[in-house]
Amino acid sequence: MRAPSEELPVVFDGVSVTAGLVTILDNIALTLAPGAPTVLIGPNGSGKTTLLRAAMGLVAPTRGRITWGGRENVPPLKRAIVFQRPAMLRRSTGANIRFALRAAGIPRAEHARRTGELLELVGLGSLADRAARRLSGGEQQRLALARALARDPAVLFLDEPTASLDPTATKAVEDIIRAVSQRNIKVVMATHDLGEARRLAGEIVMLHRGRVVETGAAVSFFDAPQTAEARAFLAGELLI
Amino acid sequence: MPADVSALQLVLSGDAALFAIVRLSLYVSLSAVVLAALIGILLGAWIALTRFPGRQGVIVMLNALMGLPPVVVGLAVYLALSRSGPLGSFGLLFTPRAMIIAQTVLVAPIIAALTRQTIEDLWLEYRDELTAMNLGPLGRVATLIWDARFSLVTALLAGFGRAAAEVGAIIIVGGNIEGFSRTMTTAIALETSKGDLPLAVGLGIVLIAIVIALNALAWTARRAGERLAG
Repeated sequence: MRAPSEELPVVFDGVSVTAGLVTILDNIALTLAPGAPTVLIGPNGSGKTTLLRAAMGLVAPTRGRITWGGRENVPPLKRAIVFQRPAMLRRSTGANIRFALRAAGIPRAEHARRTGELLELVGLGSLADRAARRLSGGEQQRLALARALARDPAVLFLDEPTASLDPTATKAVEDIIRAVSQRNIKVVMATHDLGEARRLAGEIVMLHRGRVVETGAAVSFFDAPQTAEARAFLAGELLI
Repeated sequence: MPADVSALQLVLSGDAALFAIVRLSLYVSLSAVVLAALIGILLGAWIALTRFPGRQGVIVMLNALMGLPPVVVGLAVYLALSRSGPLGSFGLLFTPRAMIIAQTVLVAPIIAALTRQTIEDLWLEYRDELTAMNLGPLGRVATLIWDARFSLVTALLAGFGRAAAEVGAIIIVGGNIEGFSRTMTTAIALETSKGDLPLAVGLGIVLIAIVIALNALAWTARRAGERLAG
């Protein structure tokens, strides 16, 4: 099991992000602590992706501050992110992972072993020599997960990792996410798929119009939502 | 005997004078492309990844320089290398080195402009991933150049095509001296004006064959590389 990380908790303290006149995140106060996966839900445009990017350190707050393990401006050495449409480097599947290992400063002597382990973990062991860009959508998403895990992260951010995948590919990705979470890696994931949120989440954070409208344990959120927005969202109503 | 039959005979018989000209042409043009690639790829990548005041103007200028008139480049290099010029003390005028310099000046903007566009497009695709991996500036440049390598081959071919085909610059700075600075294009121009069509046509055949062979080689390498790397 992994020791408690210096990256956690990730604390949003009154964080706002604006782009021109548009407020994308509005005064977010949120703590992402070690434990079961935290799933961000909310309609399109609610700020899920921006919140993940800010938590990763890719987007700077316009106002407020973000701390990782109580410190600001921590380089993302033990954080990793999988984007909704991950870019595949123009290399083989195995070389994509070796690239991530190099970038993470893992000694070269460990590359072959770690690459093999990661490919097996995501079920791509037989495709190590195939060009990454020639993999299917689901395989690319699994490779992106393996590449992110190459950094040996303490916290893994996932931005709608199963969007546009078929059920079989979705199940494969969800199985990996469960396996990752059991390794004591904190998973923070955005999805608009309520079924997926039910299957994976230990904690729910619901966003609407850039604000956190409700947080809580997944079971209580789905059984007894506290806010009108959450009830409407769970009922399948359009949130505008 | 028709001119083209004599030309073919010259080529097939391995005429020493003809192949000396071919060797010099390849030496000059390939050297210029290598130098221009070193300058152009790094300059193009730097412009692609850097934001600075006047960047748009630099890009427009770089694109415009792709159409540099060879005779103007030849004149500028001639003035720089002539005895009274700033580089006159090196004694390079009317040597193959002067021809390499002139062709480098012609080719570098082509490679730089095409590299800039290629790297910038790839950077848009890779930016999030490389930033998330905490890759430093040198790592980013190296990654982008490596992953763009198949596209950059096209830039190099365009540069070689420009170098191999031009006559205006090298005839000014090289002097078209027989056995010393005479290349395929300058020889074709001279022999045509003298009426020695077999040699001119023979050189033309070799020049076109070289360009086709290089493009075929690059295309084959690119296809094989893309199969392996995507």
